Amino acid sequence: MAATRWIRRNLVVIAGVLTLAYMIVPNVVVMVFSFNKPAGRFNYAWQHFSLDAWKSPCGAAGLCDSLGLSLQIAVWATLAATVLGTMIAFALVRYRFHGRGPVNSLIFLPMAMPEVVMAASLLTLFLNLGAQLGYVTILIAHIMFCLSFVVTAVKARVLSMDPRLEEAARDLYAGPVQTFVRVTLPIAAPGIVAGALLAFALSFDDFIITNFNAGSTVTFPMFVWGSAQRGTPVQINVIGTAMFIIAVALVVGGQLISNRRKKTAATA
Amino acid sequence: MTATAAPPAAPTPPLSDAEPPVRKASRRKRLVPYWLLLPGILWLLIFFVAPLVYQASTSVQTGSLEKGFQVTWHFQTYWDVLQQYYPQFLRSLLYAATATVLCLLIGYPLAYLIAFRAGRWRNLLLVLVIAPFFTSFLIRTLAWKTILADGGPVVSVLNNLHIIDVTSWLGWTTGDRVLATPMAVVCGLTYNFLPFMVLPLYTSLERIDGRLHEAAGDLYARPFTVFRKVTFPLSLPGVVSGTLLTFIPSSGDYVNAELLGSADTKMIGSVIQSQFLRVLDYPAAAALSFILMAVVLGMVTFYIRRAGTEELL
Repeated sequence: MAATRWIRRNLVVIAGVLTLAYMIVPNVVVMVFSFNKPAGRFNYAWQHFSLDAWKSPCGAAGLCDSLGLSLQIAVWATLAATVLGTMIAFALVRYRFHGRGPVNSLIFLPMAMPEVVMAASLLTLFLNLGAQLGYVTILIAHIMFCLSFVVTAVKARVLSMDPRLEEAARDLYAGPVQTFVRVTLPIAAPGIVAGALLAFALSFDDFIITNFNAGSTVTFPMFVWGSAQRGTPVQINVIGTAMFIIAVALVVGGQLISNRRKKTAATA
Repeated sequence: MTATAAPPAAPTPPLSDAEPPVRKASRRKRLVPYWLLLPGILWLLIFFVAPLVYQASTSVQTGSLEKGFQVTWHFQTYWDVLQQYYPQFLRSLLYAATATVLCLLIGYPLAYLIAFRAGRWRNLLLVLVIAPFFTSFLIRTLAWKTILADGGPVVSVLNNLHIIDVTSWLGWTTGDRVLATPMAVVCGLTYNFLPFMVLPLYTSLERIDGRLHEAAGDLYARPFTVFRKVTFPLSLPGVVSGTLLTFIPSSGDYVNAELLGSADTKMIGSVIQSQFLRVLDYPAAAALSFILMAVVLGMVTFYIRRAGTEELL
């Protein structure tokens, strides 16, 4: 039979597309339900079409405050983790020194531990020190768990860099600073950007560690968590949909720009 | 996106992790790596290692919230919480393992598709894998409440195909419900950690030289044999890191169990969370969290040894 043969030959494609569908379906549901007008406090069942939530995205009390707070924390955590992580990555790849092994393990461990363990232990530290839980403790925690991921991302890029390029720069009488700014940094940039984006996404979306160390401060994921108990405003779906669209637009836009650059580079 | 979008194979790294370039170093220069490491490592020592030490000491304390806690080397707590909460422990490991296996089974074809069969669609497919990330994962998990709801699409399909009788008999679902059953929790876990499986798999598959497949074909290997003898062994690093990246976070997760499950599907993360934040029994909570850490680290170490890819670390 031709049909069964076609199915057998394209089995991988069919299975892969089904998996993709599984991954995208919840996003579609979030999008569709952002146009819902729910009957009660919860937005889980379809009632009828409405644009109300899109007209007032900040209509739910506290939602936009939590969103702003999450953005702020993510920006600071990303900056700090990227700077610290890049420094560690360069030290690990470019230098031979005593204690590389333990440092590598120390970087790996936070990624090999269930988040709830890190969250709980950090809370015991803060409780023992009598620290006021809130903005500062969230920031400290986020920098801590983003750090390892930045190191890993930057390390991968620096590892594939040819050290002879820097030697060449030095041979041409570039000073250490000049070599770093004009040669090393541009080549390492994709790795650093990847690490920073990862840190931003991780920090912005983190719930478990924040849940333990936030005190009464409400970040966006905390707001969503709370709303799952008290009632989910449709605005949550609006924000989720908007985040999805903005991010996809940025990725596709970036792709187009880099494609165009490649093309002009090829024709030049 | 044009046909030339596929990037050429990355050149072999001129530097291996094991051998950094040797440099004639002056005393001052020899200190450079330490200055580079200092701030980041200090941060990890103070906010990652020290907390673990504090937690260890908390777990052997006794006392009450009103009178204060004192270190009395009361190891009994470990035994007590283990006896009281071993069902949640076992359940967490079982759910996490099931979700990891499911992720591998359904993630592999997708990674394979993107690496070998996507052609000029490759970048688009990669975006589609990462795209769900952009909506907060809590919002997406809540969306599963709608999808799996009683009388919702999934339940009615399972009902019409009479699958739900089988799953109920197996104890995965209860009656005509999917929501608030083990099946819903495992479904949520699988969904949430799937990209962590697909991306490492894709990275290791993409590195495989296509000519190896041709060579195997020239030697009369059937497609399945090529997969079994060439593709899969070469993708093992991706399989190992993918399974770790799904198993570790899902074993400690409590979001899926709380949002999609019921009291009968509680995972150990929920217990730790409520002991710490609601019951305020810090010694018990610290002991629970320590046991979880030990179990997961032990399993991970054993697994990495068996898989033989220690350089992953």
